[in-house]
Amino acid sequence: MAYTVPKLKSFSAATLDKAAEKLQAALKQESAAVKTEADWKSFRDRWIGRKNGVLTEINELWLKAAPKDAKREVGQRVNELKTSVTATVEKSRTGVTIVPAPAVAKVGVTMSTPVEPAALDITLPGIRRPLGSEHPVIRTMHEIVSVFRNLGYSVEEGPVIETDYYNFEALNFPPNHPARDTQDTLFIARQESKPQRERLLLRTHTSPVQIRTMEKMKPPVRIVIPGKVHRNDPPDASHSPMFHQVEGLAVDANITFCDLKGTLDHAMKALFGSSVKTSFRPSFFPFTEPSAEMMVSCFICGGSGKRGSEPCRPCKQTGWIEILGCGMVDPNVYGFVDYDPKKVSGFAFGMGADRIAILKYGVDDIQLFFNGDVRFLEQFG
Amino acid sequence: MKLSPAWLREFVDAKVDDRRLAQDLTAVGIAVENISGEGKNTVFEMEIGTNRPDAMNHYGVAREASVIYNVPLRTVDSKLPAAPGNSDFVVEIVDGAGCARYTARVVRDVNIKPSPDAVAKRLLLVDQRPINNAADATNYTLWEMGHPTHVFDLDLLEGGKMLVRRAFSGETLKTLDGVARKLTPEDLVIADAVKPVALAGVMGGFDTMITEKTKNILIESAWFDPATVRKTARRHGLHTDASHRFERGADFEATTKACDRVAVLLLESAGGKLHGGAIDVVARQVDLAPVALHLSEVHRILGERLETNEIFRILQQLGFELMPERGGDPDFTVHIPSWRLDVEREIDLVEEIARLHGYDKFANTLPAYAGAVVEAPDAEKDSRMRTTLLALGYDEAVSLTFISHQDAETFSSAPVVELANPQSEEASVMRSSLLPGMLNMLAYNLNRGADQVRLFEAGSVFEATDGGTAEPKRICMGATSPPLQKTQEWGTHDGGFFDLKGDVENLLHAFQHKSLKCDAQTSDYYHPGRSARVLMDGVPVAQFGQIYAEVASARKLRQNVFVAEIYLDRLYPQGLRVVRYQSLPRYPAVERDFSFVFDDGVTFEKIQQAVIGLGLAQLRSFVPVEIFRGGSVPAGKYSLLLRARFQSAERTLREEEVAQWSTQIIRALEDLGGKLRA
Repeated sequence: MAYTVPKLKSFSAATLDKAAEKLQAALKQESAAVKTEADWKSFRDRWIGRKNGVLTEINELWLKAAPKDAKREVGQRVNELKTSVTATVEKSRTGVTIVPAPAVAKVGVTMSTPVEPAALDITLPGIRRPLGSEHPVIRTMHEIVSVFRNLGYSVEEGPVIETDYYNFEALNFPPNHPARDTQDTLFIARQESKPQRERLLLRTHTSPVQIRTMEKMKPPVRIVIPGKVHRNDPPDASHSPMFHQVEGLAVDANITFCDLKGTLDHAMKALFGSSVKTSFRPSFFPFTEPSAEMMVSCFICGGSGKRGSEPCRPCKQTGWIEILGCGMVDPNVYGFVDYDPKKVSGFAFGMGADRIAILKYGVDDIQLFFNGDVRFLEQFG
Repeated sequence: MKLSPAWLREFVDAKVDDRRLAQDLTAVGIAVENISGEGKNTVFEMEIGTNRPDAMNHYGVAREASVIYNVPLRTVDSKLPAAPGNSDFVVEIVDGAGCARYTARVVRDVNIKPSPDAVAKRLLLVDQRPINNAADATNYTLWEMGHPTHVFDLDLLEGGKMLVRRAFSGETLKTLDGVARKLTPEDLVIADAVKPVALAGVMGGFDTMITEKTKNILIESAWFDPATVRKTARRHGLHTDASHRFERGADFEATTKACDRVAVLLLESAGGKLHGGAIDVVARQVDLAPVALHLSEVHRILGERLETNEIFRILQQLGFELMPERGGDPDFTVHIPSWRLDVEREIDLVEEIARLHGYDKFANTLPAYAGAVVEAPDAEKDSRMRTTLLALGYDEAVSLTFISHQDAETFSSAPVVELANPQSEEASVMRSSLLPGMLNMLAYNLNRGADQVRLFEAGSVFEATDGGTAEPKRICMGATSPPLQKTQEWGTHDGGFFDLKGDVENLLHAFQHKSLKCDAQTSDYYHPGRSARVLMDGVPVAQFGQIYAEVASARKLRQNVFVAEIYLDRLYPQGLRVVRYQSLPRYPAVERDFSFVFDDGVTFEKIQQAVIGLGLAQLRSFVPVEIFRGGSVPAGKYSLLLRARFQSAERTLREEEVAQWSTQIIRALEDLGGKLRA
C-alpha cells in the first residue's frame, strides 16, 4: 500500500493538484509513523534519497516527462513539493530527537511533539537478552575468598599435579603413615624410578600451597588458597574424584587458638549470616595441632533441626553442620619451611566449596556440578 | 567402632544420661556419630581418630569420661589365683625390632563351649560374633581394654616353644580366614619349633586355633612394631581389629594385664587352671620420652591463661605424671603413659589440655595484622574474562579434569600426563585440552532437548614437560547452532561463526595490542573454511570455529557446534588495555557508502588494507555494511556495501575533499578488481 509516484496521464492543473494532494497525504501519513532514528533514516532515504527517492522520481516522471508548454507549471509544483517534503523530513527528525528527551517543560508543547504512537500491550513479556549464569561452586569459592580478602588475606594458587613431598611429607604425613590412607590418592604413572618425595600425584588437598608459600616468604603470612583437588573416590551423589577446596593460612608472631576461633567465627557470619553460631571440637590432621573440626549452626533450619514439622535433612536434625577442618600449624611443618616454631605460631583451615554449595543451594547430587546441564546451571543465573 | 555406655559405666560413674555422655565425649574429640538402642542396650557408633588407638575400646573412653566429669577411673579386673607349678613353655623373641615384648600364659584342662550369655550379649552389642568361650575371652578383652591377644591350642604347638621371627622364604601359613598365604622374609610370624602359627599382630593360624577338642591353651599378648604390622597387613590385604591397633601403636605395659584379663575370663567361662605364672619376655623396652611443659607455651599457643590446677588435673587424670621442675624452665617434666604413643612433644600436651578444657570455652579473638593484601597475578584478567563471558550469555561450566587417550590425541599435540590408577579408560589421562569436556557437555544438553546452549569453562590443562608437568590456563567456549541471537548475517549462512567471532573479539578487546589478525591455520578438528586462528601482535592467542563434521559425529553431535579456545598463557602477557581519554569530536562526521561487486577471492581484509593503505588522515572507520550474493550478482562474485566515515578534529569537512577521498577509495577498490555498482 506504500505510496508510489504515478506517471501522469495529463499535465492539467487539476491532475497536478490531485497528484500533489495524494503525495502530501502519503508524506503526512509516513512522517507520523517515524518514531526512531532508524525509522527516520529510512523515511528520509525514501523521500529525498538521491537514488529512487520520491523527489527524484517526481523529477523524472513528472518534470522530465512534461511537454514543453507544461514544464513551467509542473516545475513550480515540483519545487513546492520539494520544499514541503524537505521541511517535513527535517521536522520529523526534530520529533525523533525530542522523544527520548525527558525535559518536563516540553510536555504539552505541540510544536515539535511527534504524533502519538500507538499504545502497546505492556503486559507482553520483555525481550530478555540472555545472561550467563555463574557456576555455583565457582561462585561459592569467590564468596569465601572475598570474605578472607577483606580480612587481609592474599590469594595464592598452586599446581594440581604435586609431588609427594608437598602433598604429604612436608605436611607431616611421613611415608607409610596410616594418615595417608585417609586420602585416597590418584597417582601419576611411571614415577617409580624417582625418590618417593619427587613422585607426582594429584594433590588431595590445597594444603601443599601452604608449604610453597611459606618457602618463598617469611612471616607474617596470611593467604587464602582456592583450587581443584582430586581423590580416588568413585563418583556417586555425594562423591566426585574432582572437587574444590578453599584453604587458609595465617602465621605470625603471637597467633593463637583464640584467633583461629575468632577468625573463622567471623568468616562464617560473613558467609552465612550474622546469626550463625560456630562450635569447635577436637579432630586430627597431621599438619595441625591442636586440630579441630568446626561446625556452624544449621543455616537452613536456624539450628532447630526442623523445617516446619519436617526434619531438617542438611543437618541430620542436629542443628549443626560440619563445615571445615582447622587447627594450629604443627611445629613439625615449620621445620620443613625453615620457620622458628618458638617465635611464630599460626593457624590453617580448609573447606570444601562443593560441599558448601550443596548445602547452601540444597543440591542433592554433586555430579550435577560437573556435567554442564544448562537446566541446572541456569537456575543460578 | 561400637561402644556400649553400660559397659563403659563399669569403669566410671558418669552422672549423666547416655545422650549427654555422647555429647560430652564428642566435644573432647571422642566422637559419637550415632546413638541406637535403649537402656542397657544403648550403642554408640564411635569415630575415633587414627592417632588415638588408646581410645578404641571401652576402658580408654572411660578414661576420657573420668577427666570430663572429674571422677575416679576404676581398674579392670585382672586378679588371678595363685598359679601352681612352673610353666616349661619357652618363648623366644628372635626379631626384637619386630616384637618388643611377648607375654604368655598356659591354661590347662579347659572346657571349650559357647560363652556365657552376659559375654555373648556384650560382644553382639558391639557387632562381634561370639565364637567360643576362649576366642570370646580375647575379643572381650580387646573391646574392653584395647590390647589384642590370641589363644592357641597348646597341644597343636610343636616342640614346646614359641618363636617370634621373620618368615623363611617359601613358608606358607593358612590363616584363620582359611586362606593359605605365601610368606616373605619381611613378614613377622609367630612360629613353634616347626612352623609358623600366626601372622604376628595380624591374624592367627588356622591349624592351631581353638576347637571343641581343645584342652590346653596358650594365651599370647605381645607388643609388635607398628610399621612391621602395617607392611605385613598391607602385603596380605588383611585389615583386622588387631592390625588396626598394632599399626597405630599398642600399649607396651598392657601385655601382662591383657594376658591376665584373658586368663580371668577363660577361667570363669571354661574352667581349667593356670599352669605356672606369666611368661614375660622383653626384647627391648619401649620407653616414651618425657616431655618438658612450659605454661608460657600453653598460653602462647592457646591465647588464654588457664589455671595451673586445671592443667595439672587434666593431664594427671589422663595418666600423665607431672614432675614440677625447680626454676620453672620448664615448669614440669611430664612422663607419658605407655598407652599414649601419640604424645611426643610439648604441642601434643597443649592439645590435650585444650581438648579436655573444651574448645568452645576459649574466647573468639581476631589477630592484629599490618601486612598488605596481594592479589593473585592474573586475578584482574581472570575476572575481566569471566564477567565478559557471563554478560555475553555464556553459562559458566566445570567439567572433570580427566579425558581418554583417544581424546587427548584428537584434541592436543602436547605430551600427556597419564594416571597410574585411573578410575576408567575414559578418564585415564589428565586433560590436555578443554574441548573434550566442552563437547561432552554440549552433547549432554543436546541429548536432553536443550538446543540453544552457550557454555564456557576456564581452567588448566595438563602437559608433560621435560622436568615434570605444566598447567597452562585456557578458556573454552562452546555454542550450539543456531546461536541464541542472530545479530548480523554476512550474506551467507554462517551458522553462528560471526557471532562467536564477535564474542572472541569482545574478550580480546580487553587486552593491549597493536594488531589483531585472523588466519585459517586451525587445528585438524576444526572445519576448514569455517574456523580461524587469532594472532595478537603475531602471537596465536585463540582459535575458534565450527567443529569438523567427522569429529562432531564421532561424539554423536548431530548439530553443528561452534567452539573457541583461548590460550591464556599466551594472551595474559599482553596486559589489560589501559584506557586513555580522547577528546570528543567537535565537528560533524561525514559518511559515504560504496556499493561494489568483487570476486569471491577478494577478502574483506584485502579491501580494508587497500583503503587503510591510502593513508587518509580523516578516515575514521571503514566497515562492511551488507553482503549480497545471487540475484543480479554473477556466480563467483559478491556485492558488498561499504561505509566510510570521515571526520576532522579541527574543522568541518568540505564537500570537495570528501569527494576526492571517495574517488581515491573507489580507485583503490577498482585496483582490487572491484566494480562500482551504479
